[in-house]
Amino acid sequence: MQNTLSVIIIKRLLMGVFILFGVSILITVGVEALAGDVCSAVLGQAASPETVAACQAQLGLNQPVYVRYFNWLINVVQGDFGTSLANKREVSELLSKRMGNTFYLATAAAMFAVPIGIALGVIAALYRNSAVDHVISTSTLTAISSPEFFVGYILMAVFAVSNNWFPAISDVDSATGFWSRLYVSALPVMTLTLVTIAHMMRMTRASIVNLLASPYIEMAKLKGMKPSRIIIKHALPNAWAPIIQVVVLNLGYMVVGCVVIEVVFVYPGLGALTVESVMLRDLPIVQGTAMVFATVYVVLFLAADILSMLANPRLRYRK
Amino acid sequence: MADNEINKLQKRVMNGSLSRREFMRAAAAMGLAAAAPMLYAKAAEAKPKKGGHYRVGLPAGNTGDNMDTATNSDNFMITMAQGSVRNCVTEVDANGRAIPELAESLEPSADAATWVVKVRKDVVFHSGKTLDADDIIASIEHHRGKDSKSAAKSVAESMGEMKKDGPNTIIFKLKSGNADFPFLLSDYHITIGAADKDGKVDWMAGDGTGPYSIKSFDPGVRAHLIRNPNYFKEGEGNFDEATLLALNDANARMNAMSTGQVDAIARCDLKTAKLLGKKPGVTVLETEGTKHYTYPMDVRAKPFDDNNVRMALKLGIDRQVFIDTVLRGYGALGNDHPIGASQNYHASNLPQRKYDPEKAKWYLKQAGMSSLDVEMSASDAAFAGAVDATQLYAESLKPAGINLTIKRVSDDGYWSNVWMKVPWSASYWSGRPTADWMFTIGWKAGGNWTETFWNNERFEKLLLEGRAELNEAKRSEIYQEMQSICRDDGGAVVPCFVKSVDAASDKLGRPAKLAGNFELDGCRSVARWWFK
Repeated sequence: MQNTLSVIIIKRLLMGVFILFGVSILITVGVEALAGDVCSAVLGQAASPETVAACQAQLGLNQPVYVRYFNWLINVVQGDFGTSLANKREVSELLSKRMGNTFYLATAAAMFAVPIGIALGVIAALYRNSAVDHVISTSTLTAISSPEFFVGYILMAVFAVSNNWFPAISDVDSATGFWSRLYVSALPVMTLTLVTIAHMMRMTRASIVNLLASPYIEMAKLKGMKPSRIIIKHALPNAWAPIIQVVVLNLGYMVVGCVVIEVVFVYPGLGALTVESVMLRDLPIVQGTAMVFATVYVVLFLAADILSMLANPRLRYRK
Repeated sequence: MADNEINKLQKRVMNGSLSRREFMRAAAAMGLAAAAPMLYAKAAEAKPKKGGHYRVGLPAGNTGDNMDTATNSDNFMITMAQGSVRNCVTEVDANGRAIPELAESLEPSADAATWVVKVRKDVVFHSGKTLDADDIIASIEHHRGKDSKSAAKSVAESMGEMKKDGPNTIIFKLKSGNADFPFLLSDYHITIGAADKDGKVDWMAGDGTGPYSIKSFDPGVRAHLIRNPNYFKEGEGNFDEATLLALNDANARMNAMSTGQVDAIARCDLKTAKLLGKKPGVTVLETEGTKHYTYPMDVRAKPFDDNNVRMALKLGIDRQVFIDTVLRGYGALGNDHPIGASQNYHASNLPQRKYDPEKAKWYLKQAGMSSLDVEMSASDAAFAGAVDATQLYAESLKPAGINLTIKRVSDDGYWSNVWMKVPWSASYWSGRPTADWMFTIGWKAGGNWTETFWNNERFEKLLLEGRAELNEAKRSEIYQEMQSICRDDGGAVVPCFVKSVDAASDKLGRPAKLAGNFELDGCRSVARWWFK
């Protein structure tokens, strides 16, 4: 098993490098295709042809795209993500700060969303087609069907504006402690939780219900086991593989999909950084955030596959 | 007269340079002994107090922000750099006049082409360096020359030759006379930094002479400022510390204000401003300023080369409806010229242009047309609600036989690819503090931003005359005539002037009159306001 696992990991990591490479090319092409560049974006309406030309020359933007791309690539391979075009800040420093904030948000949301999602799924499976199941399904599906910003604004209206329980703006910085951070970012965490629960809950329910028709479950029933015990002891262990896949997909979404939520709650994370950098055409930062997002996906899916294998002996020992 | 004197005395009480006893004595000397206690109380209440932590939510902060003011362009950085951390040579006061800030005095020659600027001797940078003429010269030079990427390049170049005359005097030799020279030095790009031995300023270091120094700055997120204990101005820099929060989303600003997370916000969401004002403890502040929206027509292109067509289009817009709907009432009527009612030299005698489709039709006939099809490119990058506003415009043009089709274009790259590239588009101006500056930057023939490509001989002649004229009455006459030329011949429809709509907590004290040059007291609330 050790061997197959390490071979798989190496293969997947190599593939990950290719994916990152592909993503970086797509990002470059995408940002180049947008109208204007960082100079015209920074100078805005006040841009005159001479000042834009001077700015472009200083930033090396008068070089062709591929030259700039390869320079960037060579530096990145050496671990240098470059500096922001707009204000010369180190991209790696900027990213690490924002990454911490975004990962905090994602982790906090996952801490609530994953257990709640799976628990609700088990409950819904246990009492399938009953009123409880319907209530759980309808409410979680409603939350996932509404756009995130809408869920965010509703929560803000209820918990910040009408009742002053949580702050409307998630003003966190590096000096904010863990618990006060949780309080300050309560609303974005809630929003992320709400929009991700349904997916995990539905998958848990579906995979358990699927298994409930299998002969070994029937056997357990005939033994006279309690339904809750059947599900937890017999059904759930075999349902883990698909559940893990969905959980990981949602974890990835929590990191990557928080763009809108960060903007709504003015949370200084990677998503907000991406949006602003795209508007500024600040390519090194956009590349940097894209690399982080892509890496998150590559690593998470690798982890998901490994975990699924560990959870399922049939995947471990191939015949 | 006595009113004026008493105002001056009250002002001195407010900035702490006059005691109660002295005030009473002076008021009694003016024959106002009976009213003196009341007048004193009024002034004392408005006297700034020190202390507190001011939190303000500001729009237009982004991750590319930095302390090199050459590329600063909007509220957050103007508030931070010019309004809190640094100073300029002059500043614009609440009455729209340019008064000395880092300068002690500015003296023009008879033709207004040579200006002697004396620099204050008591000003110290946060780093401990004492301000002198070299700092100012280096700071202005930063905006000039071939490699300059400064938005104030043309302004800095118009300041002509600078010569140092002793450590605290600079002589500016302008190419031609400019009575408004002090205003140029108040440009928010041209803040003053500390020069090193080579005459260069390390802008990114964020050193300055202003009322606050930078404790931490996370561009696009927040700036944390602390009071500069050595600040040279009385009654300013009152908060112990200040946090400037970048809240780019209007909803976020409104929510932060209504939940009390911040003490003030700039640029309210106009749709909900009235509701915010109903909240106890919150005041919505309206200030008239220089910002205006325009519909610039390229006068070189058909059909706009015919002034009859331009007149028809100017008469075909219902300005009041524009203000009531697009601006939710927070605006003033525009008269197709760029000088607002709150500004010096505003032509108040000029009849207000009204919506008149019949007359528009008549002008169209003069142009030899019975109907007209035109196209306008618009995007909300031009101004918030520009696309909707243009749709309203199209409706109001219909009775005049003009068919306006709207080409909705992308917000991205609007200023580089659409504005001044297509014959007709939507645009805005934040305005300039003086008539001369506004005309020069936006209306002068051949200018980089003369968005209509207009060239009027009489206007050009008057522009040069007015600039060098030190006689107020003559100057006023010149600018009045220029406004009427813009109105009746110019290429831009100017439907309205936009008020700044901000909000502040009632816990804050502020001057009786707020500056209108930018939002939130000219972007100087951090410097000028206090906690009661």
